Amino acid sequence: MRRSLFAALLVGTVFGVGAPAAAAEVGQYIPLPTYRVGAYASSGELWWAGERDYFRYINEVEGGIDGIKLKVEEFETEWSPDRTVEVYERVKAGKDGSPLAFFFTHGTPASYALLDKAAADRIPLIDPAGGRTESVDGSVFPYAFPLLFSYYSQASTGINYIASKVGGLDKLKGLKIATVYHDSAYGRASQPAVDALAKRYGFENIQIPVADPGSEQSPQWRQVREVKPDWIFLRTWGVSTVVALKTAQRFGFPANRIIGDVWAGSESDVIPAGAAAIGYSALAPYPGGSDFEIHKRLKAAILDTGKSDLRDPKLFGAVNYNVGLVNAALAVEALRTGYRHFGARPLTGEEGRWAFEHLTIEPARLKQIGFDGLLQPIAITPTDHEGGGAARIQSWDGSRWVLQTDWIKADHALLKPLIEAGAKAYAREKGIVPRAAESAEAAAQ
Amino acid sequence: MSLFLETLIGGVLAGTLYALVAIGFVLIYKASGVFNYAQGSLLLFGALTFVSLKETGVPIAAALAVTAGLLIVTAVAIERFLLRPLTNRGPLTLFMATLGLSYLVEGVAQGLMGSRVRALDLGIEDLPLFLGDIMISRFDLVAAGVAVVLVVALALLFHRTRIGIQLRGVADDTRAALSLGIDIHRIWQIVWAVAGLVGLVAGLLWGARQGVQFSLSLVVLKALPVLIIGGFTSIAGAIVGGIVVGAGESLAETYVGPFLGGGITSWFAYGLALAFLLVRPAGLLGERPIERV
Repeated sequence: MRRSLFAALLVGTVFGVGAPAAAAEVGQYIPLPTYRVGAYASSGELWWAGERDYFRYINEVEGGIDGIKLKVEEFETEWSPDRTVEVYERVKAGKDGSPLAFFFTHGTPASYALLDKAAADRIPLIDPAGGRTESVDGSVFPYAFPLLFSYYSQASTGINYIASKVGGLDKLKGLKIATVYHDSAYGRASQPAVDALAKRYGFENIQIPVADPGSEQSPQWRQVREVKPDWIFLRTWGVSTVVALKTAQRFGFPANRIIGDVWAGSESDVIPAGAAAIGYSALAPYPGGSDFEIHKRLKAAILDTGKSDLRDPKLFGAVNYNVGLVNAALAVEALRTGYRHFGARPLTGEEGRWAFEHLTIEPARLKQIGFDGLLQPIAITPTDHEGGGAARIQSWDGSRWVLQTDWIKADHALLKPLIEAGAKAYAREKGIVPRAAESAEAAAQ
Repeated sequence: MSLFLETLIGGVLAGTLYALVAIGFVLIYKASGVFNYAQGSLLLFGALTFVSLKETGVPIAAALAVTAGLLIVTAVAIERFLLRPLTNRGPLTLFMATLGLSYLVEGVAQGLMGSRVRALDLGIEDLPLFLGDIMISRFDLVAAGVAVVLVVALALLFHRTRIGIQLRGVADDTRAALSLGIDIHRIWQIVWAVAGLVGLVAGLLWGARQGVQFSLSLVVLKALPVLIIGGFTSIAGAIVGGIVVGAGESLAETYVGPFLGGGITSWFAYGLALAFLLVRPAGLLGERPIERV
């Protein structure tokens, strides 16, 4: 009797008290495919600084998430999708006792490349403001999370902003709105939404492609001069944004009539354009600036103590740094949601999916974590993997981004049928049976 | 008609910027038979060094002199530590060596100077100039002028100086040049240094246009069709090739693009180069290889 009692106590100690201690010791493994060198390093360097600084803040100031430390490991990919796939294969089984709860793809091409693979492995792919737009529909894409702001939402928010400038949606009728876009899957991704919006509101939809890399755009802006649009929606990125702004100036198109999308709205896009970028506005699901509460906390705990990953402190609060902060915060809040449900231990991929599908960040919580104004309220569900769909508008004044608006929401009622149609077509092509919301709930209970 | 002329002139001027990049390749290929894959990286290295110095408050002339000096030292080091040990190796080996060199140069450049995008203001505003109804880019006009001055300077170097004559001798027949006592290693150092300086000029002009950043090294992609069309061994060919590519892609984008969904400039130049390869493999002004069989 005594021996069995001792055995029971021992078992209780190991699995009762010891298990959480062991879980805290193991930590949650978070691999980061990054690009600190190569053609895209100028944005990557800041992005990873933001992500790593926030994870470091959570570990060192808050003691981890509910006691679970985050074990971050970087892999250099030079933004190459094949290398990101290789990273995924290396990390999908987890590390040092921690399973993989989710995988940041850090790029739309990699999200496309891993879509089927991750679904088969039951590992959520996280790609805020990127990824395949149809994968917003979680019933067909249970393991893809294009959080925050899909490409369709970008188009709709941009049009809503133009409407607010011209006096309302009814005033869009008869306007000419030209989209100058990088001629790639990324650049074309918003076209179905702009088509639908043009039909609904009666504006003329003009699409002007720019071939990669976009370092010479005179023919495109000559076309702009010929068609005389009222507004330009600029869906370029990298060099093609800088050259677009400079060429627009040369052809006499005013910068304050150009609205850039998320990936055409960082300091890297406007500083090299000089005076040509003054007055240019961009959609900002990741607003620039270092006046947010989280920046004060990070400055005190991470930057001023010399623990920051940021190489140049002048870039603290740059748009790409804030991209990293916001994405890291989304991951942290999702893990917290998962730990509260499954217990404080490293989560599996399936549990990670549940955690993201139940991620809700309300305004009060945003204030608590210091992201008020920097991150929009989020409510992700098993069928809606975007969860936000809004952006603020910021304008470049020649030295910094100035926020012009509060969060402007996309027209989800108009976009939902488009997304569902795209998801259904994908399901037909791949032989996927869409899951019902209830079964999604049940699957991870 | 004015649209056609404006498109044509704009394309010709843009083409001179492509030609500037291509000239760096021609110089090295002509003198040593090496296709220098690292030319783009050297172009980036030069522009990044210049703009980094300028940011620290160094006057423009001093920054230019220091950058030029650094490129000359780099050229000597490349010849001494990379090319000389590979003397008499095949062209593929040398090409692979320059491939490795490009990664090294890019890594060192980013490691020392960081990867953030820098603005480069050369004091040339990209504002329009009007000739009647025809609009011309002031920046492109200045760039074309710089290209012309550069080509004249290179022509004088090759035809009016002792070094130039030695260089042409090495290019024509390396063995004969060696037998006449020409120091081939010194000639290679000079050629790489001149190619680096040409790359610096191209890097500054492209950097002013699109910002100085890592992707600047990718402008060499524009030089490849220029080289195929103009010929790998002719500086004049690089200029002609650049003009053909610039004007061709500009006209094609304006007049053919709308029928093909637009955005055709990325492949148009390569399609044109492919056609030249089929009809005139040595390019418009390149030397046709004659082999005894």
